Amino acid sequence: MMIDELTSLVDEYLRSPRSLAFIDLAERLRREGRLEAAVRVALTGLEHHPTLSAAYDMYARILMDIGDLDRAETIWRELLEREKRHVGALTGIGGLYARKGDYDSALDHLERALSVDPADPAVVQALMRVRRAAEDAEGDATSAPASEQTLFRGLDGAGRGMLLADRHGQMLGGRLETPAGDEVSEPAAAHVASVAREATRTADILGLGPWLWLTIEAAAANLHLSAPDGRSLLLVVRDRSMPAGRLARLAERAAETARGWLGEQVL
Amino acid sequence: MIASLAEALDRMTRVGGVWGALLVAADDGLVIAEAVMEGIKPAAVAALAASLARQSGIASEATGAGTPRFLHLQGAAGTLAVMSAGDGLLLIAVGSDEMNVGLARLEMLRAIEVVE
Repeated sequence: MMIDELTSLVDEYLRSPRSLAFIDLAERLRREGRLEAAVRVALTGLEHHPTLSAAYDMYARILMDIGDLDRAETIWRELLEREKRHVGALTGIGGLYARKGDYDSALDHLERALSVDPADPAVVQALMRVRRAAEDAEGDATSAPASEQTLFRGLDGAGRGMLLADRHGQMLGGRLETPAGDEVSEPAAAHVASVAREATRTADILGLGPWLWLTIEAAAANLHLSAPDGRSLLLVVRDRSMPAGRLARLAERAAETARGWLGEQVL
Repeated sequence: MIASLAEALDRMTRVGGVWGALLVAADDGLVIAEAVMEGIKPAAVAALAASLARQSGIASEATGAGTPRFLHLQGAAGTLAVMSAGDGLLLIAVGSDEMNVGLARLEMLRAIEVVE
């Protein structure tokens, strides 16, 4: 179903590349984590629609996902100079402030966005997340590491064989140990990001569609790599006694847990 | 051996959903033998699969899991399976998202016996 929707968006875009179809397509690609493709579609669309605020807002969100926060902020500020009540720009800048830990400024922008469109669910959810984060920051400065340690709590092997990282290889949570008991979380996170990039490239060029998972059966253990959402990577490692099907089911449960946790994080 | 290898690759392509079967060099991804359907580019499959296998090997070693023996990349519209065939060789099966990976794997193991 998801593939059909993407195909439909691509078809619509190809039928009329100068239309506004590029906005939905770029947004969809962004959500799937196909950021290079999203940038290409966005920039091509902006060439045809150089004054379209919605397109700049969407492009800034792609830049934010890529990690180019400065350029994202520049675009949103330029939007706000033109339209002081642009909901997307206010929400985006609010998210940037929240990332920097400046919750007062974040809440100020998000509340302004809410005053413009009180029914916008994205604004409401962002505001709730930032309020919770602000309360947590005030109440307990060590809450984030605690969340990381307990991210997969309750799942089999949570404390030694599950790792959540972002697409750049930065650890987000979980812990990974070698069979000998040495912690290897951070180097493993960096390596799985490289594997994920290679998997994306391979699947794209060979026409396999967006990659869903990669299993690696190795001499001492089996690995299962997946992407719980467009921005994160999940690695589950178990010894070879666990059959591949069971490992896949465990990984899916861990991915659900990760998605829930990521949804609670600040923007 | 060449005829046996060709037969083994051909058997792999008879598994449901398989578009192509290849034997490639692991270090540079060059094709040694292949049996692929029209439209499949063996050189691209070989190079990308070998590169993915190399990167996966580095990650696998970093986790302490050791050397990979089998990789399965599942895409929304296709499947890639890579098996170490020893002596710096990789056996590859590429196919649709409905490729029968279990059967493909069995045929890959049979093909490796021919290679060895």
